[in-house]
Amino acid sequence: MPRYAVLLYERVAPEDLPEEVRAAHAALPERVAAAGGRIVAGLAVGEPETATSIRGDLLTDGPFIETKEVMGGLFIIEARDLDHAIALAKMTPVVEGGVEVRPLLGFMVLE
Amino acid sequence: MLAATVRVTRDLDAAEDCVQDAYLAALDAWTRDGVPARPGAWLTTVARRGALNALTRGRTLQTKLPLLIEPAQDEAEMIVDAEHDPAIPDDRLRLVFTCCHPALAREAQVALTLRLVCGVATPDVAAAFLVAEPTMAARITRAKKKIAAAAIPYAVPTRSELPARLDAVLTVVHLLASTAHAAPSGDALVRVDLAERALDLARMLYVLLPAEPEVAGLLALLLVHQARHAGRTGGDGRLVRLEDQDRASWDRDLIAQADRLVVAALSAPADGPAPGRYALQGAIAALHAQAPTYAETDWPQILALYDALLAHWPSPVVALNRAVARAMVEGPEAGLADVAALEADDRLAGYRYLPATKADLLARLGRHAEAADAYRAALALTDSAPERAYLEERLG
Repeated sequence: MPRYAVLLYERVAPEDLPEEVRAAHAALPERVAAAGGRIVAGLAVGEPETATSIRGDLLTDGPFIETKEVMGGLFIIEARDLDHAIALAKMTPVVEGGVEVRPLLGFMVLE
Repeated sequence: MLAATVRVTRDLDAAEDCVQDAYLAALDAWTRDGVPARPGAWLTTVARRGALNALTRGRTLQTKLPLLIEPAQDEAEMIVDAEHDPAIPDDRLRLVFTCCHPALAREAQVALTLRLVCGVATPDVAAAFLVAEPTMAARITRAKKKIAAAAIPYAVPTRSELPARLDAVLTVVHLLASTAHAAPSGDALVRVDLAERALDLARMLYVLLPAEPEVAGLLALLLVHQARHAGRTGGDGRLVRLEDQDRASWDRDLIAQADRLVVAALSAPADGPAPGRYALQGAIAALHAQAPTYAETDWPQILALYDALLAHWPSPVVALNRAVARAMVEGPEAGLADVAALEADDRLAGYRYLPATKADLLARLGRHAEAADAYRAALALTDSAPERAYLEERLG
């Protein structure tokens, strides 16, 4: 099945997420599996204030692009096609923001 | 043929290549053995066989390079699919829905549908969008790439997904019909081939969704266009205005069909949503077509339909058409006031029918000098030969 990256953009900081949203995140793999897809991997990233951007030799404090919603994490999912991937990505719990779906060209785990 | 081949390849570029190859093979075989009884079927079969062969080659490659290439999905099912003669209307609709997927920009949806479903050449698609050909070629390539890379499915969406997609599909078919019926440039007023493709698509949509009022409305609208086709141009290809058209030349059967569709579209349950833009436009077109003479047109009813249409779809072009209907009900002064208000709307700045409408209203009021100025303004905005001839004649 094709693989997609689901990038999660959120305005609410992880520590401020309501309890039910945390629970929904925890339940996501099961829901996706029940809908015929699979979460291959998922990762959460640190606060944008902790980011450092590198352009050539220039280092700047903060994320590469400043937006009101920050990328909080991403999932790698398997889905039948884009419609299926969109249906699965819509299950991602988001308080204020949204998700972006992109076809994945490569995915390696080197351990 | 392209649609049937895409079913095998699931890749638009590969399918287009296979269709090209089939034409080349036909040139060779038909010169040698004569043209077969069903040339279309012959070509489709050859194109699909080519696609299957390419798939098999791809599969061999995959066994050799398992790490680099994604496993193909349900190949067995694909082959069975291709052997089984597909229902053509459904197949072409799949292609339309693929081109009109909401993950593509609306302009890309229209361009792809024109190119792949209607066979319009890329330079003509570019002309329709007023962009340079390389720009349009790049946009089409990018859209096709996204279909392949993101795996946009080649499928008619499920019932729950339909409402969101249907609007795009209806818009595309409507734009196609509008382009066909008022070609902005060139010698012919009506592009008959495009008009027929648009009507075909509307008929197929109606087969798929007979209970959808907007589909019925759009089909009614296109049927009326088709019914009046013979009367729209004179023997010399010149534009003939609705009021001057020979109504005996109109196809009464098609108009009756349109009328039945409109009645069905407008008699949706009272507690349901109000009639949409295509149901209303279909109703307006059908009313025009039913009138025995221009003067006997039910103008108050048409004005009421335009009011509903404008509320639903606040387009300045609709407002301009409403002004014409208002002029027929309340007199040219009232229509002219509406037109004057619309002249302040930037969106109509280059719209050739605005000065043309103003000119007609001024002429009806006997203000001939001002009318002539407006006709000249309209003339400056059109590249269509029949429209130019019409406006020059009005200028006298």
